[in-house]
Amino acid sequence: MNTRIKKATRHTNQSEGLIFEKSSPGKRAFELPPLDVPAADPGRALGKVYRREGVEGFPEVSEIEVIRHFTRLSTWNYAIDLGMYPLGSCTMKYNPRVNEFVARLDGIATEHPFQPQELSQGCLKILRLLEKCLLEITGMDALTLQPAAGAHGELTGLLLIRAYLEKQGNPRKKVLIPDSAHGTNPATAVIAGYEVENIRSGPEGQVDIAKLREQVTPDVAALMVTNPSTLGIFEQSIPEIAEILHTKGALLYMDGANMNALTGVTRPGDFGVDVMHLNLHKTFSTPHGGGGPGAGPVAMKKILEPFRPVPILVEKEGGRLALESVRPDSIGRVKAFSGNFGVLVRALAYILAYGPGVRQATEDAVLNANYIRKNLEGVYDLPYSLPSMHEVVFSDAKQKKNGVSTMDIAKRLIDYGFHPYTTAFPLIVHGALMIEPTESESREECDLFIDAMKSIAEESASQPELVKTAPHTTRVKRLDEVGAARKPILRWKPGGSRSEAAD
Amino acid sequence: MRYLPKSTAERQQMLAAIGKKSIEELFSSIPERYRLRKPLNIPGPYSEEEIIQYFKARAAENSGGYTSFLGAGVYNHLRSVVTDAIIQRGEFLTSYTPYQAEITQGTLQAIFEFQTLMCQLTGQEVANASMYDGSTAATEAVLMAERLTGRQRVLAARSVHPEYREVLRTFAKNSGLQVEEIAFTKSGTVDPKALQGLLKDDVAAVVVQSPNFFGAIESYGALAAAAHSCGALLVVVITEAVSLGLVQPPAEADIVAMEGQSFGLAPSYGGPFAGVIASKDKNVRQMPGRLAGQTTDSEGCRGFVLTLATREQHIRREKATSNICTNQALCALAATVHMTLLGKEGLREMAGQNLSKAQFALGELLKVSGVRRTFDAPFFNEFTVELPKSVKLVNAQLVREKIIGPFVLGTAYPELTKHALVCVTETTTRAEIERFAGAVKKALEQPV
Repeated sequence: MNTRIKKATRHTNQSEGLIFEKSSPGKRAFELPPLDVPAADPGRALGKVYRREGVEGFPEVSEIEVIRHFTRLSTWNYAIDLGMYPLGSCTMKYNPRVNEFVARLDGIATEHPFQPQELSQGCLKILRLLEKCLLEITGMDALTLQPAAGAHGELTGLLLIRAYLEKQGNPRKKVLIPDSAHGTNPATAVIAGYEVENIRSGPEGQVDIAKLREQVTPDVAALMVTNPSTLGIFEQSIPEIAEILHTKGALLYMDGANMNALTGVTRPGDFGVDVMHLNLHKTFSTPHGGGGPGAGPVAMKKILEPFRPVPILVEKEGGRLALESVRPDSIGRVKAFSGNFGVLVRALAYILAYGPGVRQATEDAVLNANYIRKNLEGVYDLPYSLPSMHEVVFSDAKQKKNGVSTMDIAKRLIDYGFHPYTTAFPLIVHGALMIEPTESESREECDLFIDAMKSIAEESASQPELVKTAPHTTRVKRLDEVGAARKPILRWKPGGSRSEAAD
Repeated sequence: MRYLPKSTAERQQMLAAIGKKSIEELFSSIPERYRLRKPLNIPGPYSEEEIIQYFKARAAENSGGYTSFLGAGVYNHLRSVVTDAIIQRGEFLTSYTPYQAEITQGTLQAIFEFQTLMCQLTGQEVANASMYDGSTAATEAVLMAERLTGRQRVLAARSVHPEYREVLRTFAKNSGLQVEEIAFTKSGTVDPKALQGLLKDDVAAVVVQSPNFFGAIESYGALAAAAHSCGALLVVVITEAVSLGLVQPPAEADIVAMEGQSFGLAPSYGGPFAGVIASKDKNVRQMPGRLAGQTTDSEGCRGFVLTLATREQHIRREKATSNICTNQALCALAATVHMTLLGKEGLREMAGQNLSKAQFALGELLKVSGVRRTFDAPFFNEFTVELPKSVKLVNAQLVREKIIGPFVLGTAYPELTKHALVCVTETTTRAEIERFAGAVKKALEQPV
């Protein structure tokens, strides 16, 4: 390996089989307190047809084996706690440990969603304060904390729009979505009962205003726009976009995935957005946890408030808080119980740590992205030159001449001790390298990343094979994804036989 | 600010390096009139200690010191400290969705193990990497049935969790699905005659829950046969996964939608939990959500990747099987660790304790004059009783005794006013059950 690499060295991982392969009958890792009531006979209590003689194949191991198994697995993961994780659009920032601590407190983690509301005032106060903070940050009028993730928030938002338009007599047929959007946007629109009409980005990666004017017909319910866009560029004409839509009776939905560029600096509610979701697991640092859980609160203007999903948090006389489930115009319930409460707790802990100083986090995130852009411009092709906000999108056009793609560069970055950036997205950039450092990176870490990217650019010219066959330092080499999809093995079976999934 | 790793001088140096005079210049693309000129009006900044004190103060305003007999979809079970120790390892906690397989093998193998455990539990052949929760999993199962059958009528048992049915109605409305409800019998299970009356060859799915919302265990065989005779699919919802340690799995079901909260996840005022979808191999291409699959690397070593992604939104966009992206991965990991800790013996013992304690609790309650059992179907750890008085009034009395009483059925089921859904798990002690029965007796003796 290149001796100039300062961050990563090889390290030895321990091999580890599947837990089922380590199992042997009669072992266990958990003991219950003794039963203090007469033991019921399952055969008699349940009847013969209901009785089950143990779960076939369930693991049988001791506590130390459980600890070692999962600890060894954990060492095969890269994580923010190990270093920079510049996945564009994903906002991989530091996850403060105090957030984990407070979410596990007795009286927080222990509460049942159906317990009397007089005995839940602490939970409800947490929800109320979080609502207030998010309303202030977004500049909106009303909020729901119910959705469990960003895509769930998008769906809730579109159902709000649909209910509002329906109330006016016509839900309309289409939702406009730029070609630079996240895949969740079009998938969501379809589930909300809308047809998707793509709108092409203009030459600078922005929404083409003239084109948009033509496309906003009386059939259009809404435009879903990500701002800053997935190119990391602020949609400067967003107030005008809002006006075009509003003139035709359509609404503006903002995908808040990139709110890390705006928090404390500008507010979507002020620049014409009607409804938006936030990804608390991105901007507000509740951990990603290997893919979730998240939370996707939806903030909206007054006109959409009557349609909010139940339950609704209300303030009664004397400051008592209550969740109400009966609302005539509500779109209904989007999830059982009341949102991903534990995630909401973590987000509030994050906001309280910063207070109004959260603006500094935004500034640092934008500073880091621009610092990386400045240092890598010329080394990598920059397809869109408008100012970057919290992320910068390059392309592999220069390296492609030597047959090296964005995926190859990403894999080589692993050898340098970094998680790859987002590859091949947004779709409007051929061979995209989408880099989002977040505010959590020091100048030193940014410099190491820049050095690594420059070094890989050199390697791409001088020894492209080295890059194309990367990574070279990981426990497993590039995996056969085509084979995995062609003959799917989606579970372990005794003897290691494959699951015979349909082709 | 302690989370930000830059000094003021470093910020200045970095600004200089990119040729900017001020931070403000970095935001020049935001139109001037939309830039905030005043600080946000939010509390903080708080030190770590102040954050802890704030949440401890809120925790003290909740239900500390009360004994609860609530279940209804969220269950109190023992959780080992090992589970939390594992899921708080930064390598799991602060990692992203495992798209870069070479450096996320830990998460990927754990998902593969989760999928396997879910198949073993449910008697199904394939399970996904998790959904948001049981309620959204149930809705996704119905949408999956719609895609598989090309039909749009859905029959959902009234004995399915009322909030799950509400979620289904919210999302069905715009998908053109028509949801009708199946009545329950005097035993508390799905009424086969009512089902037959509704079943036609335009039904996509028959949705039942077991143990159902009243705690009654359904018999899958007849339900599956009835659904299949019309070409409909049987969707089985499970909210109490621990029951599968003793109760036959819904192997006859075409799709299982399960809530995994009972496995190592705190009640946490309703979330985050872990939804599961499991089905038959032949249906896998219509499944929503992520799937981890086994494969090999270029040197022939076993490894795992996210697979069959052409079902998913980031590839298929508007033609995806679902819009789900972020799921509940860390909760699924917690469930995986918890199930591994329990193991075959532990799960069976835990399930057995639930059964025994619930039987004991029913016996104690039936000793109270005027308390009657509502349904006679077998039950696991929840059962329904009828009181001679309003359940709300009784519960108000119980709160004075520091007891959170059972779930009031009358709100969701007007025909079941004065009926209560009682839940007892392995965490409820004999003394608590006896105190509860005594308090119910006292409450019933109070003049109205």
